[in-house]
Amino acid sequence: MRLRERLAKGEFVVTCEAAPPKGTDIEKALEDVKKLASHVHAFNVTDLQSSVLRMSSWALCALIAREGYEPILQMTCRDRNRLALQADLLGAWALGIENVLALTGDYPTLGDHPGARPVFDLDSVQLIATIQALNQGRDLAGNELQGSTDFFVGAVVNPGVEPLGPHVLKMRLKAERGAQFFQTQAVYDSEAFRKFIREVEDLEVPILAGVIPLKSAKMARFMNEHIAGIRVPEEVIQEMERAKTKEERKKRSVEICARIIREVKPYCQGIHLMPMGWEGLVPEILELSGLT
Amino acid sequence: MLVSEPKPTEEVLGYLRAGERAFLLACGGCAEVCGTGGEEALKKWRPVLEEAGHPLTGATVLPFLCNKALVGLRLARFREQVERADVVLVASCGVGVQATAQVLDKPVYPTANTITMGGLQGVWASEERCGRCGDCLLYYTGGICPHTVCPKGLLHGPCGGSQNGECELEPGRPCGWQRIYDRLKALGRLDLLARYRPPQDSQKGLDVPLARRKAPFWALEYLEED
Ligand code: SF4
Ligand code: SF4
Repeated sequence: MRLRERLAKGEFVVTCEAAPPKGTDIEKALEDVKKLASHVHAFNVTDLQSSVLRMSSWALCALIAREGYEPILQMTCRDRNRLALQADLLGAWALGIENVLALTGDYPTLGDHPGARPVFDLDSVQLIATIQALNQGRDLAGNELQGSTDFFVGAVVNPGVEPLGPHVLKMRLKAERGAQFFQTQAVYDSEAFRKFIREVEDLEVPILAGVIPLKSAKMARFMNEHIAGIRVPEEVIQEMERAKTKEERKKRSVEICARIIREVKPYCQGIHLMPMGWEGLVPEILELSGLT
Repeated sequence: MLVSEPKPTEEVLGYLRAGERAFLLACGGCAEVCGTGGEEALKKWRPVLEEAGHPLTGATVLPFLCNKALVGLRLARFREQVERADVVLVASCGVGVQATAQVLDKPVYPTANTITMGGLQGVWASEERCGRCGDCLLYYTGGICPHTVCPKGLLHGPCGGSQNGECELEPGRPCGWQRIYDRLKALGRLDLLARYRPPQDSQKGLDVPLARRKAPFWALEYLEED
């Protein structure tokens, strides 16, 4: 069953991030996908995440689709103008990609080609509107297409960010323009997440809560300081600190993720895992949280 | 020298709610040369506004609205008239509108689109900048330019990197969209942010055809020699 059907039925879904390789060796990326395929409903393929050069998202998406798994094409506004975005979307549809996640994209200076010219011809709300236009058989200029798309369109929201006001407004605008599901930044504070959900529940768009397994207390502190919207509570950091060996840390990390998933599950329609290299933990996390 | 051209009349009238009173402020600098500011602007907008049911509480031309400190000082003489107005309409480039918005606690709306600044950097010493997009959005954004306060030039609110009012680019740099949000909230106009705006036409602004850029520059040179 496809992601859109699962969500339409009210099923609780699991999506997971898959990063394209830095280079042309695709084996590892496809291996990871294969290993997780029985636990995960769809794979988000990142689009030059953090502005670091990698293979195109659509290419890995197409390879994943060819293997019979379901990809979600992440698309940022950073590198392509409205022509290139639409061209890639049409191509992606022809290659069997049915889900798109529209994002703004990080600024190029954060990545490994800091001198790159930022594009941002469209913003994420306009990108959503553009995808919906292609779904209606028209391009952004209103010209008729020979063969339209029928993308299932997702968007992102960062529920931990302060102040939340402007982000909620933008989320509403995304839903109004045709976002059909939302994936969130990593959640560590389920109470704050619940508060956020209460504020937007009238939208009636499925929300998938983001989950990033912690590798160490240091990583948690780093994210708290440097990543907008991530707030790992001090108790959780201490839990990680008490784990002395790598094995212990993995075990703790799985427990923390499973606990958060159980806590947020009643308030959302799925979870979105971002394993950051710890793909191996995904089956255990899902098992311990009662999802498999 | 910032080159601007008047916005369509209906667009500007569309900014005003029924019966709102306006104070009209026109720039006597570059905008006067381009025909978007100066006495000509007062002559153009006064009857348009009055016919559309928007009484004017006052109108004046001030030289170089891009100079925020001077705008504050010179507007002091018109304090009472400005106070009685619901909105202030500014006939100038994007910088002048922003500078005026900075010194007033009122909605400040543009009447012109800024196309280019050509070879000359502006003379303004303060932080307001105009990205010369050719389709001025300052009405929607509380008089703060989204093209220059947000490095990504987003048009529908902050990206996910905005945190505690800071931009993801560097610590200490304010998030432009947080500023826009706060300003509109203070003005009671958050509804403006809930509106969708289609992508802008990049040919109107930064990449304007040479023919359109040139004319006003010749005019300026001529004026300076005079
Ligand atoms: S929106 Fe900004 S860039 Fe565009 S004309 Fe207005 S001030 Fe200039
Ligand atoms: S943090 Fe704010 S100012 Fe910076 S790029 Fe994002 S929206 Fe623009």
